[in-house]
Amino acid sequence: MERGNTGKERLRLAVFKFASCDGCQLSILNLEDELLALGQALDIVYFPEVSSKMNPGPYDIALVEGSITTEEDAHRIQSVREQAKVLITIGACATAGGIQALRNWADVESFKQVVYPSPHYIQSLKTSTPTSEHVHVDFELWGCPIDKGQLLRVITDLLAGVHPRLPAESVCLECKRHENVCVMVAKGLACLGPVTRAGCGAICPSMGRDCYGCFGPTEGARKGPGLPPNTASLASYFHDGLHLIPVEVLRRFRGINGYADAFKQESERWELEKENVKGET
Amino acid sequence: MGEETPQTRTIAVGTIARVEGEGALRVTVKDGTIQDVELKIFEPPRFFEAFLQGRHYEEVPDIVARICGICPVAYQMSAVHAIEQIFGLHVDGALRDLRRLIYCGEWIESHALHVFMLQAPDFLGYESGIAMAKDHASLVTRGLRLKKAGNAIMTLLGGRSVHPVSVKVGGFSRVPSRRELEALKNELLWARDAAVETVCWIAGFDYPEFTPDYTCVALRHPDEYPFNEGRIVTGTGLDISVDEFERHFSEHQVSYSNALHCTLQGAPYLVGPLARVNLNHDRLPHAVRQVLADTGLSLPLRNPFHGIVARSIELLYALEESLRLIERYDPPPEPALPVVVRPGIGMACTEAPRGILYHRYRVDGDGVIREAKIVPPTSQNQGRIEQDLRLFLPRVLDRSNEEASLACERVIRCYDPCISCATHFLNLEIRRDQ
Repeated sequence: MERGNTGKERLRLAVFKFASCDGCQLSILNLEDELLALGQALDIVYFPEVSSKMNPGPYDIALVEGSITTEEDAHRIQSVREQAKVLITIGACATAGGIQALRNWADVESFKQVVYPSPHYIQSLKTSTPTSEHVHVDFELWGCPIDKGQLLRVITDLLAGVHPRLPAESVCLECKRHENVCVMVAKGLACLGPVTRAGCGAICPSMGRDCYGCFGPTEGARKGPGLPPNTASLASYFHDGLHLIPVEVLRRFRGINGYADAFKQESERWELEKENVKGET
Repeated sequence: MGEETPQTRTIAVGTIARVEGEGALRVTVKDGTIQDVELKIFEPPRFFEAFLQGRHYEEVPDIVARICGICPVAYQMSAVHAIEQIFGLHVDGALRDLRRLIYCGEWIESHALHVFMLQAPDFLGYESGIAMAKDHASLVTRGLRLKKAGNAIMTLLGGRSVHPVSVKVGGFSRVPSRRELEALKNELLWARDAAVETVCWIAGFDYPEFTPDYTCVALRHPDEYPFNEGRIVTGTGLDISVDEFERHFSEHQVSYSNALHCTLQGAPYLVGPLARVNLNHDRLPHAVRQVLADTGLSLPLRNPFHGIVARSIELLYALEESLRLIERYDPPPEPALPVVVRPGIGMACTEAPRGILYHRYRVDGDGVIREAKIVPPTSQNQGRIEQDLRLFLPRVLDRSNEEASLACERVIRCYDPCISCATHFLNLEIRRDQ
């Protein structure tokens, strides 16, 4: 945080919102002990949820919350990219399409009819897609919501001129470090921990329940080093060992990060399985 | 910003700041009179009610939390109560207290955020809470510490403050020990005193004289300030059970907004802290009522700008209530009641930080959701915001485009609108036909 006081040019930070719940932006404000220091270490020049003063780009760091679900937003993300040196997605929506990506397996027109009496007023794309399907993303922060400690670490890394790195192993490792009893072994819960990226602090097993994949698939699923998560093995165990029926296995993987590659492929495999079961009966 | 021709004058502000979500306002003025006031919400729709269909009831608290990062507990509470009604479950005793406590945590967090970081800068003349901290460091630090106290409650009970993970149909996945709860006490005692100072500070702001006629709507419980239970009452004498909500309140769509407008027998109404205080001040503990009386404001509060006073009163109340609940806590024998799935329809209404939040679900015999309906507070307040602007605008029409826009934004911020809930942010456009 030295940099803020050295008289050097301060980094300009901007926060943009697309389709989302605001929870990741709130995670920035939840840095109660660090927020004012952060405001001194860099210039928060564009953050409409927090400040009426909205300065134009270019920006050194752009944090992007939310997925792309409208024609207009598909254009807007291009302009955000043009104005930003480093673009970081914050959260499941910007990184993987979010829960609203459930529409990607459905007919959006029928969705509109469920919610709105005059569906033709509603402008919406057929899909909810992650930022990386539209523009180059420099760094992805997973989580629904993101972990504020991880966000702070990434920002301080950038302030120090270091390429940010975050753990990408599975929740199981965090769980062991917390000395939790395994909820899958002890309670027979269909826990996604083995294939889900660490970062939350294994809060679900710590609270006595199954992980539901908020932090997306472990590393290797989309880019970077490492092996892809073994979703096939876990799914088979849910089915054979825990006796989940195919549609239940499908729902496990098609959740908060359902559109992230590894989870998407797994749920689609079980969609076929579900159809097969239907065919047999 | 804006463009001017001899015939029309347009004032447009790109983004209304310090609200949760994305929206716009368009005002048309002809011959000096206001024609249309349209609060446009272009927060992209996310279709929760549609994709809830086909999901298992156990997934509902995790899914509906994602409607709003600022008030996820509210969504979880309305959802579990509605589903419990279907299954014939009644959560009582310590589990009921814990639900009330986690809700207090959310009110504290959400109210402190709005009071200190989003709305107070309007009264003190700053663009943001962070900018305000340069001259008022101790105030902003107090606000952030209050906010943190709310988050600490949610984190203890729910694992984290944004999208807590422990709330489930029948209770919780884990309940805290007495010792864990008691560890919160010292900070909450500090926070209670800080909240009293906050009310005095807020009450001293300079408020514009503005008293539109409101219909207030809130829950009312026989002996508590309302969170999870109660009848729906209005300032005009309506008193109905939650099951009757849809008979009196209806949602309709307008072409310019992605949020549905909800009306009471065709007319706009007010939900949220101001409505709750007006309808339930007699349910506040004596000490809180005294602090409210000390502000010198007379009830009912009729000025929307006093919403921030009501919010700070509720901040104080939520802290008092948290301390009371912690004091009498005796851990329940089980973290959740056993559930027996049965098909049916259930509805519930709870008091989100911004007002009543109604949910209705139809569940089949396998526990799968077949139909969902959700009416968030901001879609209920939308019509009321438009009405207020219509009444307030004549006072500022003679001002410059920039000043008129700023004044309108301030009116809108009084409601702490959460546009992500209603579908999110604001863009102001005033068209003037001269």
